[in-house]
Amino acid sequence: MAEKVLMKGNEAIGEAAVLAGCRYYFGYPITPQSELPAYLAKRLPEVDGVFVQAESEVAAINMVYGAGSAGARVMTSSSSPGMSLKQEGVSYIAGAEIPCLLVNVVRGGPGLGNIAPAQSDYWQATRGGGHGDYRTLVLAPNSVQEMADMTIAGFEFADRFRNPVLLLSDGVLGQMMEPVTLPDPVDYEVNSKKWALGYNGKDKGERNLCSSIFLDVDELEEHNWHLYQKYQVMTDLFSTGEYKDFAVEEHLCEDAEIILVGYGIISRILKTVVEKCRKRGIKAGMVRPKVLWPYPTHVFERLAKTASQFLVVEMSCGQMVEDVKLSVNGKKPVYFFGRTGGTIPSDFEILNEVDKLVRPD
Amino acid sequence: MSSKVERVILAGFGGQGILFLGKVLAQTGMHAGKHVSWIPSYGPEMRGGTANCSVILSVNEIASPMVTVPDTVIAMNRPSVAKFNLKIKAGGMLMYNSSLIERQEFRDDIRLVEIPASEIAEELGNPRVANLVMAGAYSKFSKLITFDDLVACLPSLMPGGKKEMLEINLAAFKKGFDFVEEKKYMFGRYVYSVFKGI
Repeated sequence: MAEKVLMKGNEAIGEAAVLAGCRYYFGYPITPQSELPAYLAKRLPEVDGVFVQAESEVAAINMVYGAGSAGARVMTSSSSPGMSLKQEGVSYIAGAEIPCLLVNVVRGGPGLGNIAPAQSDYWQATRGGGHGDYRTLVLAPNSVQEMADMTIAGFEFADRFRNPVLLLSDGVLGQMMEPVTLPDPVDYEVNSKKWALGYNGKDKGERNLCSSIFLDVDELEEHNWHLYQKYQVMTDLFSTGEYKDFAVEEHLCEDAEIILVGYGIISRILKTVVEKCRKRGIKAGMVRPKVLWPYPTHVFERLAKTASQFLVVEMSCGQMVEDVKLSVNGKKPVYFFGRTGGTIPSDFEILNEVDKLVRPD
Repeated sequence: MSSKVERVILAGFGGQGILFLGKVLAQTGMHAGKHVSWIPSYGPEMRGGTANCSVILSVNEIASPMVTVPDTVIAMNRPSVAKFNLKIKAGGMLMYNSSLIERQEFRDDIRLVEIPASEIAEELGNPRVANLVMAGAYSKFSKLITFDDLVACLPSLMPGGKKEMLEINLAAFKKGFDFVEEKKYMFGRYVYSVFKGI
């Protein structure tokens, strides 16, 4: 096994991208993700890669569109306000079915907000963000190790589904250092995508086209249903298929009366809360979605039969709670606790919320 | 100090090497086979402003990397004491740079450790190693990292570093460690009662 190194989350994404065969990065600096472009600005030239600090986020995402169309593994990253600027390009990329990795190291919003960690981009991440009938696969790491592992997985998923994949992180995960065992490098063959503009194996006179424009009404409808079917396949793979265990982490849920739900950095705090609950004799468990779209609805359907209530904790005013409610589908009550504006809830205040629900008197 | 987990907040002003001091403790812990985490405060700071970071060293896997109630605060300047003094766990430790922080009425339910880190660093000929004096002193109290661990890990923390720099850093570790070993740091009621076993 490779040696452990102490790395920032942002840097771990950068190194993992290089190991995944990504040789193109286009982006624009913004706190709290700037260590990632800084790392790749130094690292990519060492492996004959291309790093461009674009003139804007809009330019950067369209460069990603170009490199992805050519068949390369390509990525961009930003934080919340910059991610909003990129959404037009993300919609085009999804429409044209271009694989790429997008990273959002979320900070406080709306507007310019602040640079502190937040989870208030959940809706933007899982509901599209841009216009049109499209979906983005969304991965939610909760440690520096997972920042690396999910970067590699993200590139693989992107290629498999010909779809943009979004790594949804936050300021804490981006800035913190933890030991990482770097994954083995992937042997990526650039000339492997038959649909790509740069594919060398085309017959003479044959052309490939990557586009999201379908002026004919029937053609666009057909295209949109094609995309829809692809999203259905993805949904199945992440709920009952080969990625069903990848999609979610369950902790002490078997006998749990109250299930705490959180993703990303919050799930780490919830694990501490569950420990403290168990010491006090409260049967608490935790569900952590590792994939935010397609949402692991299947787990909640099952747990709604055994648990008596759910408490969703987020660093927002309540966004993912809607998906939990849809999944639990009215069978059990779903409560919410959140802090916003860049504040991270402490284990004490979450424990206090659990106490109120479990011992209402 | 618990033998399973140590939660530390390190604070001072920009330029005192606070974030690096945190990295020294975290990386040393990692090399010593412990689970570790390091989180910086990152704000819209100005030059000369405050800097702090949270470090956890643990025998077991670290659930939450956030430190709300530190076992130890290492304070390098006065504003850091004001900011974190009240957050320290009862029975915890405040280790402070007494070159820049005068003795005052502290809480009486924590262990106080005063280290004239800046003066020691000056004596060594480089005021910038005050942070590593603190690291050496901390290793005397820690149950999870030892002085030898610090020394063994140091070269990996300064790849390409000059030999003179390595030596002065090692000397800073040693001075901090010795200062605690010789029990020159003790004063105050609680410390007194702890060591008298009352």
